[in-house]
Amino acid sequence: MYEAIAFYLLAAVVAGSAFGCVIATNIVRMALCLLGTLGGVALLYFLMAANFLGVVQLIVYAGGTLIVIVFGVMLTSRAAGVRLRPKRSEALAGTLICIGLLAGLVTLLVRTAWPAAQSEAQAYDVAWLGNELLSTYLVPFEMVSVLLLAVMIGAAFLAQPSGKDKEPEER
Amino acid sequence: MAEFTTEDALRSRWSAAARPRAVRWFSGLGVVFVLGAAALGLLATRLTGMSYAVALAVAVVLLLTGGSCLGAAVVVQYPRAVGRLLQRLGLPLFLLAVAAIIVVAWAPVLLWPDKPLIVRDVLAVVGAVGFVSLFASFAIWWERKVAGRIQSRLGPMRVGGWHGWAQSIADGLKLFQKEDILPGGGDAVLFRMAAYVTFVPALSLFIALPFSAAWVGRDLDVGLLLIVALFGLGVIGVLLGGWASNNKWSMYGAMREACQVISYEIPLGFSLLIPIMVAGTLRLTTIGELQAGGFWTWLAFRNPFTLIAALTFLIATLASCKRAPFDLPEAESELVAGYMTEYSGFRWALFMFAEYAEMFAAGALTAILFFGAWHSPLPAAWGAAWATGPLWQQALHGVVFSGPLWLIFKGIFFVYVQIWLRWTLPRIRLDQVMHACVQFMLPVTMVVLLAQTFWQLLVPAGSVLAVALNLACTVLGALVALGIASIAVYGLRYRRRLVGTLVVDHLPGS
Repeated sequence: MYEAIAFYLLAAVVAGSAFGCVIATNIVRMALCLLGTLGGVALLYFLMAANFLGVVQLIVYAGGTLIVIVFGVMLTSRAAGVRLRPKRSEALAGTLICIGLLAGLVTLLVRTAWPAAQSEAQAYDVAWLGNELLSTYLVPFEMVSVLLLAVMIGAAFLAQPSGKDKEPEER
Repeated sequence: MAEFTTEDALRSRWSAAARPRAVRWFSGLGVVFVLGAAALGLLATRLTGMSYAVALAVAVVLLLTGGSCLGAAVVVQYPRAVGRLLQRLGLPLFLLAVAAIIVVAWAPVLLWPDKPLIVRDVLAVVGAVGFVSLFASFAIWWERKVAGRIQSRLGPMRVGGWHGWAQSIADGLKLFQKEDILPGGGDAVLFRMAAYVTFVPALSLFIALPFSAAWVGRDLDVGLLLIVALFGLGVIGVLLGGWASNNKWSMYGAMREACQVISYEIPLGFSLLIPIMVAGTLRLTTIGELQAGGFWTWLAFRNPFTLIAALTFLIATLASCKRAPFDLPEAESELVAGYMTEYSGFRWALFMFAEYAEMFAAGALTAILFFGAWHSPLPAAWGAAWATGPLWQQALHGVVFSGPLWLIFKGIFFVYVQIWLRWTLPRIRLDQVMHACVQFMLPVTMVVLLAQTFWQLLVPAGSVLAVALNLACTVLGALVALGIASIAVYGLRYRRRLVGTLVVDHLPGS
């Protein structure tokens, strides 16, 4: 029963912050709401005894939110008090995508056969997880790392100053 | 000069209209909370099992909150009387509070280990809050004393009597009474929230931080990772606070913080990987128990690479705790405390508490990962008989061989190191901070990581090379410890020559 109470509380936090993220017009507030959603999802993972997943969610998305805020501040600081409102066409496209996504998720939820709940949630051992990642699931794991490497190289290439506006060497 | 006393330090800042309102609110809330706690306590006697535990836990939290509210009402209404009381009875009251927190927080955990987990958890949380508040008050006073002595000043001397020991308590009570200022053009919601976003992660990491193999809120198998994650979360509060202040200096401070923390998380992570590789686990209690066999088995002294990793970890934690020489986000001489400029009163206190809680956590983490965790330099095997003997032998074992006291001592020592560095090193420029990270810390930690990998693959544990290098590192560490101790003794011996004339009269033994 207490797990159910905790679940509904956390679910309310997740859904509420997600909604807040959509209706907020200020990019830093949006980022904070995003943090609430992602942190709430991390807490849901903790509730389901998936400790490793929860911690990784916190590490990855806390850093990600930080970047969002930094970029938000850097990109919007020129125009003070700028309010982000979607155009009508953007809102329409967003609604269509969301309806499609919702339909897909609901179909998935309805069609899946949910096995009966285990008596006690078992925490997965991190060592086991690591071994599995580097043996059974080695190929997907390595593919993801190559993808991340490509992203890093791409980011470094984009950030590289082009020949014309290269800054003078600092001495 | 007129005697400056605790009363003066506590003098209230409330306006005539605001004071009665504050007193009404505090006392009303306090009475409601205490009554609620009493009702829940009565209800709990009729319940059994899990519901009993939950009701009791909530009642304890309500009682503590209500008590704090009533205390706040008394302080706001009678600051002078409280000041006088603190001056007269301060030290015994303070020691009594320390003892009460220890008893309330930890005794039930040790005496009734079979109680429901939620009771244990609530008590661990109360213990963590109590420890953080006590430690932050102590560390702030201590930092001011150390800073004073390093600059041939006295530091706080008057409040409470002996060497101004009650300064932090008086400051805390005063901050509590101050007006909560919101910057006009800022974002009020984010401004209010930023203090909590900083404070809550810094506090919650104490749930996973073991004080000894048994004294730990939750012994998670991802404990280390969780602590690192919560370290990273605090930055968001700083960034929000700086942005919501609507002040370019605060914004500069916040951006510097983000820049610095993101860069130094990488060498921090690489340095963390070394003890994880040696121990083969992320569980902090296992890493700690690995170092039970005397100070030559401490992870920092295993081989040269772990020693270098310990140093890089120490430097990286300096950067992530925004301590000098990496205190650019605060930079009081150029940014006027950076992201904290616009904060006052209680919210400012929350930022300070978070900073000192993080400093202790960083020091404790350094101790757990590299410097023998909760073990004394003696091998734990020598005291094995005491560990299971009668209660007095167990207590003695806790003091001599291994126990939470050792971890707290080591944590405070590393906080002391951070304080030294802050008051002796100059602040470096932001580009120098980034260069130090990218061109020095990152390559060093990467090479050390690679070298440690090959070391584990190629050098067997008992081989001559491993033993010789272990011995060499231990001797080096012992020499450094001896050097620090002899400098301290030298300083004590020639203290009259080293400090200013004002300080001489107040030195111990004069």
